[in-house]
Amino acid sequence: MTKTGAQILCESLVMEGTEVIFGFPGGAILPFYDALLQYPQLRHILVRHEQGAAHAADGYARATGKVGVCVATSGPGAANLVTGIANACLDSSPIIAITGQVARPFIGKDAFQEVDITGITVPITKHNYLVLEAAQMAKTVKGAFFIAQTGRPGPILIDIPRDVLQESAEFVYPDKVDLPGYKLTLQGHSAQIKRAAELINTARNPVIIAGRGVIISKAYTELKELAEKAQIPVITTLLGISCFPETHVLSLGMLGMHGMAYANMAVTNADLVIAIGMRFDDRATGKVSAFAPQARIIQIDIDPAEIGKNVRVDVPIVGDVKNVISALNKQITPGEHIDWLRQIEQWRQEHPSTEIRDCDELLPQYVVRQIWEVTKGDATIVTGVGQNQMWSAQHFIYTKPNSFISSGGLGTMGFELPGAIGVKVGRPEETVWCIAGDGGFQMTIQELATVVQENVAIKIAIINNGYLGMVRQWQELFYGRRYVATPLLGPDFVKIAEAYGIAGLRVKNKREVIPAIERAMEYSGPFLIDFMVEPEENVFPMVPPGATLAEVIERPKPQKVNP
Amino acid sequence: MTMKHTLVALVEDKPGVLNRVASLFRRRNFNIDTIAVGHTEQPNLSRMTIVVEGDSAKVEQVRKQLDKVIEVVKIVDITDQEIVERELALIKVKATASTRSEIIQIVDIFRANIVDVASDSLIIEVTGDEDKIDSLFNLLRGFGIREIARTGCIALTRGSTGPLIVEEEPKVIKQPRRPLPPEAETAPDW
Repeated sequence: MTKTGAQILCESLVMEGTEVIFGFPGGAILPFYDALLQYPQLRHILVRHEQGAAHAADGYARATGKVGVCVATSGPGAANLVTGIANACLDSSPIIAITGQVARPFIGKDAFQEVDITGITVPITKHNYLVLEAAQMAKTVKGAFFIAQTGRPGPILIDIPRDVLQESAEFVYPDKVDLPGYKLTLQGHSAQIKRAAELINTARNPVIIAGRGVIISKAYTELKELAEKAQIPVITTLLGISCFPETHVLSLGMLGMHGMAYANMAVTNADLVIAIGMRFDDRATGKVSAFAPQARIIQIDIDPAEIGKNVRVDVPIVGDVKNVISALNKQITPGEHIDWLRQIEQWRQEHPSTEIRDCDELLPQYVVRQIWEVTKGDATIVTGVGQNQMWSAQHFIYTKPNSFISSGGLGTMGFELPGAIGVKVGRPEETVWCIAGDGGFQMTIQELATVVQENVAIKIAIINNGYLGMVRQWQELFYGRRYVATPLLGPDFVKIAEAYGIAGLRVKNKREVIPAIERAMEYSGPFLIDFMVEPEENVFPMVPPGATLAEVIERPKPQKVNP
Repeated sequence: MTMKHTLVALVEDKPGVLNRVASLFRRRNFNIDTIAVGHTEQPNLSRMTIVVEGDSAKVEQVRKQLDKVIEVVKIVDITDQEIVERELALIKVKATASTRSEIIQIVDIFRANIVDVASDSLIIEVTGDEDKIDSLFNLLRGFGIREIARTGCIALTRGSTGPLIVEEEPKVIKQPRRPLPPEAETAPDW
């Protein structure tokens, strides 16, 4: 059957099970938008800035495990996707970004709205394509979806000149992909698994550090079985949060710069680290040369390039985390580690890292904890980047798999709102709380219009401290309290919400917190709460940049004396 | 330890592949010494030979990243293997009636060829490894070099198997290679 390039693109998206597209139209991509009319099964969500489209597709992908699709036009539209694509790349999120390009005869001539987006995105995509004829469209989309969601997932960009969208070609959807250079190692090497099992069976002070790979691979039960059978405590990275129930007796929460002091102590004193689907990011390891100094390290990752990238590894296992752990579980013997667990429990008692100090001021930690209380933990949390993110990681207790969604690797302020839109679109039945800072929220605040137009019933909590809080904290601790460019004059967020047609409340006192959250939960549509929190509250514990995990600053700053 | 590494890659013959490969070296701030690309015995596949100087662990990291490039079918670091390495150079050197015969003698010693003769210059074609070409270049320098064009190194491993034609080998993850002691480094073979 002969179809236009745009129709073939739509047909291919339908074939791949796409239901939602986040996008923003423009000249070069118009033929696609015109064809979209014939495909009502493809729901298009109009964003207000292309960065929002990429973040929403990313949030959707993380929430559903499916590929998120975003669309932009050529030139500025494509360039605006870049931050969102990089964000998806660093956090291994499968998105497909479709961009219009100027018509073939104009490529390379600096035509109106022309930008070399395939050139720009080479380092931030898993792969990208420039489709130069409509006959290649179906094959390209098939390959793009395959690459995006297999192995270590990642973003794919497909750049399509306008005249290719208009050109006709025979539409046959291929049933397999032809990728001679694409290698997947899904099963772990049996000899390495055997070695790993031996190390686990003989370890005295083992810890598991679980990352986002566990969530991507949906290896929740396998991880739980491993931990319980061998009695090994589970620490997560930031993006590993919610891969293991935090109420579990073996859960030690997050490690790293703002991780639990006892988790960092456990890593520092461990004789075996089992790293599962995590990549030893500098925020997680602290000073890398002093990371887990006494430990042998088993690293399980689907990406061979991650093995030994940042730390020395004793037993590398390349493979899908789910397959590797289940193979490993067959070879490990039940363990006890009573002394080790008792030691950790003692550290936990002596260094309670998530205690919220009792005071009259409205503390941001208290807000996060009350969201947990009111929702009974039955919510997906989408955060911004900075203090709000760390408090969300520390003070909400995650028990549901994949219920914490955040920009980890790239640390993109502005991810929160469009990310939450994508999450809510992917999980319409679930409660989605977007926990934002007043800084990051203003970076993509325009997506409030998307929230209203598409009636995306997210709940927004702005942790409003009038500062770019995390940067201010660094200035306070490491730059002699010189607050340069961090005091932030924000708008009246409740009035902003009202202007967009979103219900909202301002909370200034501790006693108003719970009623406000309850009100938001009862309200059927989107709801915004502006929490005016203690301005100079800091995130603790904290491992200073460049320090080892053992050098954790635990104590919150002394109470301020009001002048 | 910093040393010269020779990497060979089998890549799909498509636009943009060289850019992807070069981009990963650039990201790590490696300066590519030489890169040579040509067709192979298999249609649609090209072979790249890349010589880069760098820390062994970092080169291995780049190699792994390159292996992830979709169009890179295979990439191997053959530095530690028994290899035949060759480069071709064309050297245009000034030659007068009085110096010509001396140049021709040097050319003979190096088993090089003279491929163009003009009244005041010669073009010499020479193949060999990098050291041989450097040596010839240094000897000819006294006569006055007008121009030189070098292809960059290409390499094959000795024997009947090659790193790029082996059937699926078991996936063993190589730890960063330990540096060779200086005495283990072999002298040029010519």
